[in-house]
Amino acid sequence: MTNAILEVKNLTKRFGDFTAVNSISFSVGAGEVFGVVGPNGAGKTTTIKILTTLSPATSGTAVVAGNDVTRHPSGVRRVIGYVPQLLSADGSLSGYENLLVFAKLYGISAKDREKKIEDSLHLMGLADSADKLVRSYSGGMIRRLEIAQAVLHNPRVLFLDEPTVGLDPVARETVWRYVRTLADRGTTVVMTTHYMEEADEMCDRVAIMNHGKIAAIGSPADLKASIGKDGADLNRVFEYYIGNSIESEENGDTFKDVSRTRRTARRLG
Amino acid sequence: MEIRLKMSQEQGVLHAGLDSGIQHPSLFGWISDFINKTLVITELEVRKLRHDPTELLTRAAQPALWMLVFGEVFSRVRAIPTGNLSYIDFMAPGILAQSVLFVAIFYGIAIIWERDLGIVHKFLASPTPRAALILGKALSAGVRAISQAVIIYLLALVMNVRLSWDPFALLGILAAVVLGAALFSTFSLIVACIVKTRERFMGIGQILTMPLFFASNAIYPISIMPDWLKVIANINPLTYEVDALRRLMLAGGTSVHSLSTDFIALIVSTIILVTIGAKLYPTVAR
Repeated sequence: MTNAILEVKNLTKRFGDFTAVNSISFSVGAGEVFGVVGPNGAGKTTTIKILTTLSPATSGTAVVAGNDVTRHPSGVRRVIGYVPQLLSADGSLSGYENLLVFAKLYGISAKDREKKIEDSLHLMGLADSADKLVRSYSGGMIRRLEIAQAVLHNPRVLFLDEPTVGLDPVARETVWRYVRTLADRGTTVVMTTHYMEEADEMCDRVAIMNHGKIAAIGSPADLKASIGKDGADLNRVFEYYIGNSIESEENGDTFKDVSRTRRTARRLG
Repeated sequence: MEIRLKMSQEQGVLHAGLDSGIQHPSLFGWISDFINKTLVITELEVRKLRHDPTELLTRAAQPALWMLVFGEVFSRVRAIPTGNLSYIDFMAPGILAQSVLFVAIFYGIAIIWERDLGIVHKFLASPTPRAALILGKALSAGVRAISQAVIIYLLALVMNVRLSWDPFALLGILAAVVLGAALFSTFSLIVACIVKTRERFMGIGQILTMPLFFASNAIYPISIMPDWLKVIANINPLTYEVDALRRLMLAGGTSVHSLSTDFIALIVSTIILVTIGAKLYPTVAR
């Protein structure tokens, strides 16, 4: 890909004997919405953590907008936005204050700050709730606030880790709509999800990940065509490549994953 | 400075957009960025405190009880040699140091909460120096400690402690209180980074607090300790905190070490701990 903004080559992460990410390679073009799908424990979050400089790779390279994650992590941090899987907005601050702190950390000048915060809140449909404590927000609002915060500094790549996990269907649709708005404005989005309909709805291209490897990669349409069944949805594609359904009991949920998802769901109410 | 900072950041983005993104910021630029970011983190914590200041008042109960109960009783016993100071005078700076210690020593649990919420991840993925994340939190513990100092001064007034109102001494108290809180809260953050769970952290916090407090000169002079304990008390940073406070807080207060020795001990310990903390903090998110 000639205008790739993210390039990953042979990226590997081991925790002791366990290989969480096993020599994966892919690239994402500028302006694309790229999805990484797979069951819990497939290595999606680990991949995101490496790309956002939170966790060092064991081997391989990843370059984000010209910055190598291993050699120039501070360069990477300047050009990315990141929304972690867990709900990370600070409940004891107002929505505005959450954004203010990050505007300052990203070095947005005092002159531009108020306008950027206002625009960002407006874009995510939160202008009316800016001065309320985030504690009183609904789950969908918190997610949108986090996205507003992550795009304040116009990042080159926005990373969303399971953006709608634990959200009810209505809130999920709203988050999708807002992420779409960002994508239409040209923001490159890299997101993980284990909801097939989310990948289908949102992503220009999808990588299906299982046991630390990429099993298949392509546009949702190409992936559906590749399994040679008429009218296949992405769930069927997933079953085809992974060997079982994403909703199956045996898809490798660890206790930790499950308890984390439940905790997130509980916080979202 | 603002303009300079902005320019260097824009260049950074430009660079990053082209090829390598290698940065060569000037030392001045780096330091001003570091200080700015540190203060943003402190501001964040202070804003949280402003939304919910009740914690500060509940925290005041403990030092009040020490002064009123322990202080009153031991004043009567006259068992502890405190030179020309009354026992309650001798003890007041010790209790101030104690409340600074207690405010700070459980501070690290916040990191475990924030790790579980994903807040740590978000900060670590932002272009904020790790040491600024640690020092910013440490200074906000200092802000909490100042509120404790105000309460202890009020108590001391009521109990007729002979306080010094020399403005330079008061500034010195402020510095010692903030520094002490920064030191012990960073220590606490380091412990949290190592143990990683709330349960273990609370256990270890309890274990650490008692020896830090009792193996110091807070409520009795080091001179009455057995030799082995003297060694521990002399490497305990709380001893230097108390020593400085005792000199600065009381009219006619004296210290064992010189004030510069006390402050250098506190500053050097803080710098060492912040450096260690900055190394360990990113491991929390992995």
